[in-house]
Amino acid sequence: MKYTYYPGCSAESTSRDQHTSSKAVAEALGIDFIELKGWSCCGSTPAHQTDRVLAASLSAANLQLAQKAGRDVVVNCASCYSRLKTANHEVSSNPGMRQKVGEAMGGEYDGSVNVRHFIEVLIHDLGLGALQEKLKYSLNGLKVAPYYGCLLVRPREIMGFDDPENPTSMDRLITAMGGESIDWPHKVECCGGGLALTRTDLVISLTDSILSMAEAAGAECIAVACPMCQVNLDMRQLDIERNRGKQYNLPILYITQLLALCLGASREKTGLNKLMVPPEKVTRAVISGVSAAT
Amino acid sequence: MTIRIKKGKKINGIISSVQEMSGVDLSVCFQCKKCTSGCPVSAHSESPPAEIIRRLQLGAGNEILDSDLIWTCASCETCFARCPMRIDTAAVMDALRALAMARGAKVPAGNAPLFNKAFLKTVEIFGRTYDLGMIAAYKIGTSTYLQDTDKFPAMLKKGKIALLPSWDADKKTVKRIFNKTVKTR
Ligand code: SF4
Ligand code: SF4
Repeated sequence: MKYTYYPGCSAESTSRDQHTSSKAVAEALGIDFIELKGWSCCGSTPAHQTDRVLAASLSAANLQLAQKAGRDVVVNCASCYSRLKTANHEVSSNPGMRQKVGEAMGGEYDGSVNVRHFIEVLIHDLGLGALQEKLKYSLNGLKVAPYYGCLLVRPREIMGFDDPENPTSMDRLITAMGGESIDWPHKVECCGGGLALTRTDLVISLTDSILSMAEAAGAECIAVACPMCQVNLDMRQLDIERNRGKQYNLPILYITQLLALCLGASREKTGLNKLMVPPEKVTRAVISGVSAAT
Repeated sequence: MTIRIKKGKKINGIISSVQEMSGVDLSVCFQCKKCTSGCPVSAHSESPPAEIIRRLQLGAGNEILDSDLIWTCASCETCFARCPMRIDTAAVMDALRALAMARGAKVPAGNAPLFNKAFLKTVEIFGRTYDLGMIAAYKIGTSTYLQDTDKFPAMLKKGKIALLPSWDADKKTVKRIFNKTVKTR
């Protein structure tokens, strides 16, 4: 199984742990990630908030670059995933846009390169059975709240890989790892995403309500797939504690970190030391399973 | 909300520009307000999404570009996902932001336009984002040096903020895209 891998900018900064853990997961499962040479920023939220052609072109340039290799492009970051898929949709459904994008980037692109999220690849291409065969450790009943946020699932017309109101793909991965996937109502609520720096007040209020719902549902940690969700939910717990006097102590892990842990990847690649809220509850659950078995 | 309409006044306003830029037909909105109920920031904003659409239908002009929702909107797409008429309100918000910048609307709280500019500037130069450069430009522009500084040391230590920008992107194509789009308009 070979894929062209598009890391996205945050893989080099805020979500380095998502990047290294997903590469470790791919390696352990025999999935070949071939990094797209010369990849550039997808444009993210600031591009589409500024100019539609700019946004579509920045993303399309990467897909055009990937086209020659003829493989599906696999992405981890929910924001990159959404932008690349939106660019595909824009150029394939709108001839005027296709022409403008072609002019802007100096080339032709028809929107035909398949963009896949790593979760999608794990569930649909590899399959949960094959994944389970390779697992070395279990989450051992750890209660995990799967948090999808916005961009992985919305809008349905463009993303189209899971239900936009009640997605279940991460739930299935958690169950496959021996964890208990919590049923809770805030799976697809918004954490404030790109408002992190501009309207921190709003992000604090939105993350507070997500965290309090996860806590009420009995979660011991939250699994995410988006760098913005991870940073907001993890880092803002400090502010919530300081400004609102509430302490959640809920570790926020990328789903790929949970997988890397259960696949026995190295500590460095799993990157649990990158988290602001220490994930002791998670490692303790995995270790308790190991000592019970021996 | 109270909306006053002068008798006999012809409706024009900026709705046609918004529809053209977003590719969305706003005439089919029947004010069910599902967009507003699901919007994560409507409770924190003066005008919720359904109201913005209604005001556009009724002929709002440039004054609507000062609405705070244009910049509190997190582009979460919940409004689009839940609209029974398939109106892409998130795309309407993008069009309103572009118009707000082009027509010099007032600077919103938190100055998101400056953040977007700082972000895109690093992309234009390096082909990829460079967090430190972007954060510095934004913080200098908004004089919010102290906010979040408590988290910086930990983030740097954990490698969550890269010290140096990346050099491996296809910078030529990215520069060309900027030159052919936002720079020539
Ligand atoms: S959900 Fe759609 S139809 Fe209902 S008020 Fe919002 S835009 Fe109008
Ligand atoms: S995209 Fe913007 S307007 Fe629509 S629901 Fe989300 S925050 Fe509200």
